[in-house]
Amino acid sequence: MPANTVHAIELRAVDKRYGKAVVVDGIDLQVHRGECFVLIGHNGAGKTTIMKLMLGLTRPSTGQVMVLAEDPASRSFVVRRQALGYLPESVSFYPHMTGLELLDYYAHLKGVPATEVGQRLQQVGLHEAATRRLNTYSKGMRQRLGLAQAILGTPRLLFLDEPTTGLDPLLRRDFYRIISDLRSSGTTVVISSHALNEIEAQADRIAVIKHGRLVACGSLQDLGRQAGFPVRTRLAVAPGSAARVAEQLAAHTRIDRVNDRSIDLLCPENEKMLVLRHIADLGEAVLDISMTAPRLDEIYLHYMNGVQ
Amino acid sequence: MIRMLHTIPILATKEVRDGLRNRWVVATILLLGTLALALSFLGSAPVGEIKAGILEVSVVSLTSLSMYLLPLIALMLSFDALVGEFEHGTMLLLLTYPVARWQIIAGKFLGHTTILLVAILLGYGSALGILILVGDGDTTGWQAYSAMMASSLLLGCVFLTIGYLISSLARERAVAVGAAVGTWLMLVVLYDLGLLSALIIDKGEYISEGLFAVLMLANPADAYRLFNFTGFGEVGRLVGATGVGAGFESGLVAPLVAMGLWVVVPFLLAIARFHRREL
Repeated sequence: MPANTVHAIELRAVDKRYGKAVVVDGIDLQVHRGECFVLIGHNGAGKTTIMKLMLGLTRPSTGQVMVLAEDPASRSFVVRRQALGYLPESVSFYPHMTGLELLDYYAHLKGVPATEVGQRLQQVGLHEAATRRLNTYSKGMRQRLGLAQAILGTPRLLFLDEPTTGLDPLLRRDFYRIISDLRSSGTTVVISSHALNEIEAQADRIAVIKHGRLVACGSLQDLGRQAGFPVRTRLAVAPGSAARVAEQLAAHTRIDRVNDRSIDLLCPENEKMLVLRHIADLGEAVLDISMTAPRLDEIYLHYMNGVQ
Repeated sequence: MIRMLHTIPILATKEVRDGLRNRWVVATILLLGTLALALSFLGSAPVGEIKAGILEVSVVSLTSLSMYLLPLIALMLSFDALVGEFEHGTMLLLLTYPVARWQIIAGKFLGHTTILLVAILLGYGSALGILILVGDGDTTGWQAYSAMMASSLLLGCVFLTIGYLISSLARERAVAVGAAVGTWLMLVVLYDLGLLSALIIDKGEYISEGLFAVLMLANPADAYRLFNFTGFGEVGRLVGATGVGAGFESGLVAPLVAMGLWVVVPFLLAIARFHRREL
């Protein structure tokens, strides 16, 4: 691989049309190596198609897709697929095979040692069901098996399309723990998800897709800033001092809520430090402080409703 | 390159396992074996004035059996090879693995051919053993019998690749089933009827012997029959009075080339079509 390529994935002015329907519309984006890149958007926004373009399963109508510095739809990329892992949105397996047979089959195709199969089954908690046929597996078990096949051979690039749909909270936690472990070994992860609250903690950067277009891309803070979302600061104040503190701060920032023991402030992201200095000047009247960045679901709603 | 060669047997092994789990395929293979044995027993009765070994007599009956059943088994194995995986959703995952599309078809072909080989060896091989026992160790005509077994496998391969082509073209499994049945009917049943009708109507005016030969070779099932009926002398004499090959010697090479083309061309077309298909 050329040393000068810094991106694991790059999309340049990518369009994907099916007949007259434009599914992906002029998307430019880069996924950096080792990051967790999250695609969010409404149903039918084009997230799955973007993922298929990245996997080389479909070709762009115009524009260019580069994965590990190569066109993923080219014939020469076939061997590079050893470095990929993919869990589709609704994963399908051969129903008459057992979990063990299936994972063994995929491990052979990927050139992964057979010893890893048992480890992966153990890791996703399916070792006891390994010899059962897949048509007896529940949705959650299939999804876990899907993850097990996706992480065979510790891929450098892992694609997860709505990975936790249908999983209970405990399984979701295990799921993200496995993904965290992979990330610490350097795997780049691309996830598409509707589960905004749980994905927020995983994401390094987020791409918001609306009707096939990229409407925003960046870290949670970046997106909040771009959307003009204020940072919420909650101050715990000494009894009886709330009114005085609020009055002093009102000259510098917006007061959202005041009660006897606490004050909520809203300030633009770029004025955060200035407001903090004013708070520091208040001395012992302020007992505690906590700041919260805008949440992903708020940002999502903002972009889905507001931006065309 | 080593990995490429390594991948095809992995895919083939899975296909063999799948095929043997398919009850329809197993039932048809058992039917083939049973009929082969039954026909061989019937055929081992005295054969009248023509001096032919019982193996040669069996070649005649087994050729007719293979002509109908082997294409059916082959199409049953192959018609949903691609469309089935697309429809079921398993192709999506398979194509993200380090497997080239041509390898997927080649792997399936190798696996399905292995199943056909086993069916032919079991069905016709056991019949051969029994015939030799019944004939007190008479092995006259073993060449014709062996050639019949080998060409039966080739006929099966023809319909496997036709099945892959259907599977690569069809958007739905149900359409592929219809197309496979239609292809079987057309090539195995209706083609001969059409040719016969044309001959009767024509009364030798336009359809020369040469054209007739080409028309026969153009259909893989007829090429198979020509190979077995006219390729070996004694068998030819046996069917001479009633067989399709009457009055026309095709030799061994032309039917083999015709069948070979019927394997290669649909195979390549299926690969080309599969390459263009997006998910």
